[in-house]
Amino acid sequence: MNSNDDQQQTTNSTGAGIPMQAPRQEMEYLCADCNAKNEIRAREPIRCRECGHRIMYKRRTRRMVQFEAR
Amino acid sequence: MDVNPRRLVNIGAERVSHVSNTEFPGHYPNEDHSWNLESFEQNLTVRIHRLSQRSIEFDLIGVDASIANAFRRIMIAEVPTIAIDDVYVFNNTTVIHDEILAHRLGLIPLNVDPTQMDTLEDGDSPTDRNTLEFRINLECSWKDSKGKSTSATPTDDERYVNHQLLSKHLQWIPAGEQLEKLKTAGPLNGDIVLAKLRPGQAVEMVLHAKKGQGKDHAKWSPVATATYRLHPNIVITKPIPFERAEEFKKCFSPGVVKVDKKKRTVQIDRDHMRNDTVSREVLRDPEFKDSVELSRIRDWFIFSVESESAYKPEQLLPEAIGIMKEKIAAMKAAAMELLGGEGGGEDVVMQDET
Repeated sequence: MNSNDDQQQTTNSTGAGIPMQAPRQEMEYLCADCNAKNEIRAREPIRCRECGHRIMYKRRTRRMVQFEAR
Repeated sequence: MDVNPRRLVNIGAERVSHVSNTEFPGHYPNEDHSWNLESFEQNLTVRIHRLSQRSIEFDLIGVDASIANAFRRIMIAEVPTIAIDDVYVFNNTTVIHDEILAHRLGLIPLNVDPTQMDTLEDGDSPTDRNTLEFRINLECSWKDSKGKSTSATPTDDERYVNHQLLSKHLQWIPAGEQLEKLKTAGPLNGDIVLAKLRPGQAVEMVLHAKKGQGKDHAKWSPVATATYRLHPNIVITKPIPFERAEEFKKCFSPGVVKVDKKKRTVQIDRDHMRNDTVSREVLRDPEFKDSVELSRIRDWFIFSVESESAYKPEQLLPEAIGIMKEKIAAMKAAAMELLGGEGGGEDVVMQDET
């Protein structure tokens, strides 16, 4: 999963706006009601495939954050 | 116990007197009070009064308050220990914020002998000599049964798997020589709750533990408490009327006053005198106030030290003494340099104490 994320970041940072062919890793969202994984695509209604709920949560990034334990 | 009155700090109803020692050179005619190793050795006593796994109570008798206080402060702020200092968070979806969780992790006492590790100086890179690595990887989930079969009000344990992040979930990743040198490394207590989780929540972190001192941050302090008090001294000067013995007894901490019902006497128990808090309650009673003298012994320090680190409680005073000797050696070297440098006229550069 980590390596996928990294790839995604690099393709995004190269900047070309619209990603080329290779189906880019879809962002996963979690249903606020049933916690099912969902993908949100353009021009599609935002709706959970499992339960039809219309609220989605975005996952936290897996990017590392450093803290001082003080 | 007859104590030399010069050693007593007098405690009155509303004042404390004779606070300072008067036995210094030139104060008493025809008495030599210049510092002398032989007489110091004769007067110095260190006695352990109570020792348990995590705490110690010992008496330090025959030193000045400045020395006793220096040991107390060194035990709190300068005896080094190991604690988590850097936290790298990859994932944390619990309700505890990253910053708070990092702070809580830092406060966990680690069971690592600090003498086996070096201090990571500014600008150094972490190596196996100065840094310990721990990992946390925990995800909460439902139990298959979801607790339904067991009872109407199932507990968290019956409903979830990994619903608490505990200090025992720290996984030590030994690097280089660490496994041979340290054998084990981990929290002193495995049951410290760091965060609570619910199904779907997860924590993934890498932690770096380093050697440090309490003066940088209290998490590196090896002690939970390190305090001292002066030994109380209570003297009955006029006999206490036996009819009021129980009232008199209640003016002191339990065990301090001995009432002998057969002989009809009221006495102070010497062995338990140290327990008294010197509350001065007796001095409020018009009948008692002139028949008792309250004081404390100026050079008798009752230390109470609780270790919350890899050190055994009885190791802390020797460690503090070692650190004090290092400081004195540094001071002496600087003083010698001052003396030697006079001829050359060079400025002496004092090194920052680390």
